[in-house]
Amino acid sequence: MSRPRLVVVGNGMAGIRTVEELLKLTPDLYDITVFGDEPHPNYNRILLSSVLAGEQTTEGIVLNPRHWYAQHGITLHTGSPVVKIDRIRRRVESADGRTAAYDRLLIATGSRPFMLPVPGADLPGVIGFRNIADVQVMLEAADRYRNAVVIGGGLLGLEAANGLRQRGMQVSVVHIAPWLLERQLDEPAARLLQENLQARGLRFLLKRQTAALVAGESGRVCAVRFQDGECIPADLVVMAVGIRPNTTLAESAGLHCNRGIVVNDTLQSVTDPRVYAVGECVNHRGVTYGLVAPLFEQAKVCANHLARHGIARYTGSMLATRLKVTGIDLYSAGDFMGGEDCEEIVFRDAGRGVYKKLVLKDNRLVGSVLYGDSLDGAWYFELMRDGTDVSAYRERLVFGRQHLGDSGHGDEKNRVMSLPDSAEICGCNGVSKGAIVAAIRAKKLFTLDEVRAHTKASSSCGSCTGLVEALLAATVGGDYSAAPSKKPLCPCTEYTHEEVRKAILERQLKSIPEAMRALEWKTPDGCPKCRPALNYYLLCAWPGEYRDDTQSRFINERAHGNIQKDGSFSVVPRIWGGVVTPRELRAIADVAEKFKAAEVKITGGQRIDLFGIRKADLPAVWRDLSAAGFVSGHAYGKALRTVKTCVGSRWCRFGTQDSTGLGIRLEQATWGSWMPHKFKMAVSGCPRNCAEATIKDFGVVCVDSGYELHVGGNGGIKVRVTDLLCHVKTEAEVIEYACAFIQLYREEAHYLERTAPWVERVGLAHIKARVVEDADERRRLAERFRQAQEYAQNDPWRAHAEEIDAREFLPLATLV
Amino acid sequence: MNALHHDWLDIGHIDDIPRQGARVVAAPGGNIAVFRTVDDRVFALADRCPHRGGPLSQGIVHGHQVACPLHDWRIHLNTGLAVAPDEGCAARYPVRIDDGRIRLRLTPEDGCPNR
Repeated sequence: MSRPRLVVVGNGMAGIRTVEELLKLTPDLYDITVFGDEPHPNYNRILLSSVLAGEQTTEGIVLNPRHWYAQHGITLHTGSPVVKIDRIRRRVESADGRTAAYDRLLIATGSRPFMLPVPGADLPGVIGFRNIADVQVMLEAADRYRNAVVIGGGLLGLEAANGLRQRGMQVSVVHIAPWLLERQLDEPAARLLQENLQARGLRFLLKRQTAALVAGESGRVCAVRFQDGECIPADLVVMAVGIRPNTTLAESAGLHCNRGIVVNDTLQSVTDPRVYAVGECVNHRGVTYGLVAPLFEQAKVCANHLARHGIARYTGSMLATRLKVTGIDLYSAGDFMGGEDCEEIVFRDAGRGVYKKLVLKDNRLVGSVLYGDSLDGAWYFELMRDGTDVSAYRERLVFGRQHLGDSGHGDEKNRVMSLPDSAEICGCNGVSKGAIVAAIRAKKLFTLDEVRAHTKASSSCGSCTGLVEALLAATVGGDYSAAPSKKPLCPCTEYTHEEVRKAILERQLKSIPEAMRALEWKTPDGCPKCRPALNYYLLCAWPGEYRDDTQSRFINERAHGNIQKDGSFSVVPRIWGGVVTPRELRAIADVAEKFKAAEVKITGGQRIDLFGIRKADLPAVWRDLSAAGFVSGHAYGKALRTVKTCVGSRWCRFGTQDSTGLGIRLEQATWGSWMPHKFKMAVSGCPRNCAEATIKDFGVVCVDSGYELHVGGNGGIKVRVTDLLCHVKTEAEVIEYACAFIQLYREEAHYLERTAPWVERVGLAHIKARVVEDADERRRLAERFRQAQEYAQNDPWRAHAEEIDAREFLPLATLV
Repeated sequence: MNALHHDWLDIGHIDDIPRQGARVVAAPGGNIAVFRTVDDRVFALADRCPHRGGPLSQGIVHGHQVACPLHDWRIHLNTGLAVAPDEGCAARYPVRIDDGRIRLRLTPEDGCPNR
């Protein structure tokens, strides 16, 4: 049986990216034919400015060499522009007489430079800046002529001007607006940029309108005349005043166009559902995108439908831009000009050449301009996308994410671009800057996920993500690092964490297979990312009813111990509030000796850890510990870990309350509860805070008048000091607030999201509204937590020790 | 021992392994992990991740892959190869099901240097 035919008109980044995404989903669903009007295979158009500047070669920017097309059985016609689409017979025809029949057609014809309609616009020596041919014309001009004029002080114009200057030409930039990049920058940032570019030898003519291009004796352009009559010499004129979607072909085929081919959320033409369109030639919900990140999002959705998966939707993108001029660090996103109902946070350090402006509306970030230090661009972009309430840390916002604390690489973030190749970027996996850059180049990586897969950088603790993104942006062009508009839970699904949790509740999904069926999972039984998440979400949604799926838990939670690098386990019994009796110590010592623990260590959480326990011995270890009265410490789980305490008013001359007793009562109320991630508490008896309560998920600081409650702290990768939730008067209140806060976290956080990033994502105001200000809501949350605890507080160690299914822990067979 | 190496040894019943799980066979050459997938296929690999030697038998089994519990490398159960872009392989052992009984041979298949 012959395969359906897919014809792609347009051999550029959007079209070929769609084909790549399609091949990933279904490698051989279609017979694919690609027509391109340029004589080259698909190349990285974004890097043309680097080719012009002499930092790249035309060969170096090829993304898909010809053998790639051959390998995938794709017929490629280059230098062969399609001139006709016959939608009745479903055929296309190219200028050189080739024809191809299609069952599905993908149009990705991109855009054309807009040429100002002034006299002389068609003279030799007047060009746009769009393709390799344009770059070749510019390079030839740079060899033979002296004066270049770039009309348009936007991103493309400045990149062209910088490149021509690098090639030795005298370059003037003509711009109609009062400052450069008026669509990306406010005036102060634009002035800094202009000064920097002037220092490199560029000339600027602002607020000038071009009247005509004047021909010389040879017939080639020789000057630009402005409306005020002034003339400047020009042997080369580059028009960079904007782009227009290239819709000539689509219009002639009768497809509805309006400043772009009008498409729906599945990237299909509204006129003909067999015809898809992606890229700069498209008008989606009234918007035409000219940056690569949105085009790649479109490509992914389009491929999903071409592959007949039919579940993805494109709903538009938020935009961020970077200027690709070496040595200039510029980033802007969103509504950076602000307005009446907006507030601005501005940081200006002229000596260092740094300018940052953040625009806030209702305590949410809506726009940013960064000049001279743009490493936090991706972080600001995420805050914008997620609509995060930043009131809790707005005074620190402008200093960047690093100011919230990062361990593992000190202050290297600010210097990442100037670091030597040997510098370690990822401290977890030992990946150097040189290795990351080499992999990005050699393997043509475009996204953070690809860099993670190939180099392992940023794939463990994630604290170097900003550094890796900066390297990615510097190596392949800035737009790539922009975050997608929607983050699916994992590659098995299109749905986000929130959407999955909502569906579980609303559609009464009660098992992992049921949830996967209802939500159209793309894999038969998920992956190690989504299965534990689903297991937790179901457990949280249906306490007492959902049957825990142990095969969807990480080994530590299955074996109730921590797996170590040699495959042995470590065991931590719960020691309530860190208080222990001699009899209990003796019991632990007996277990350690009986099972030959290789090391006994006091943990940071006031407990005792037995290392080097063989898996087969675990049930017997628990049996002995249970007999001595211990329960599991859950030191291995996404669950309540420790409640650290100081000695408090019982012994300490400064203690104001019984911090030890309160810690024990808190631990007894909350132990056993499964959570999105590990959860640590502490109770300090006075503001000297010896229990370090202000870097815990939930911390209590006792004061003379009662108890201060602190939330969202973290002492790990990112040191984060807690936010003060409120002050309460009684121990009973402390416990109720703790239970309510934990339940809110359990119900709302993403799986594997600690309270610190969760609090930053949803905002402290949201948590206060539910836990502090609304007493009824607090009681309801605490009550739901208590109900869940009825089922959760069964000691896994005792359960195992009593009804041992020892099979999990024993070999299937022993043949030695 | 030679005879042993060429025999199809009966190591247990398929129901002795949890679905989407694994059990270990202690063999003279080291532990062998025997996996049972969601569609009741059975695979056997050396219980050592090609990355840092992690016990693959303790990983999460999904589709026809297992994720090593130490650093989350993914290994194809049918070939023993690491999922790209990671590179490496775990030795594969012949295994088959006869009427619910699992039969294993202790001579690894050719093709993987980590035997």
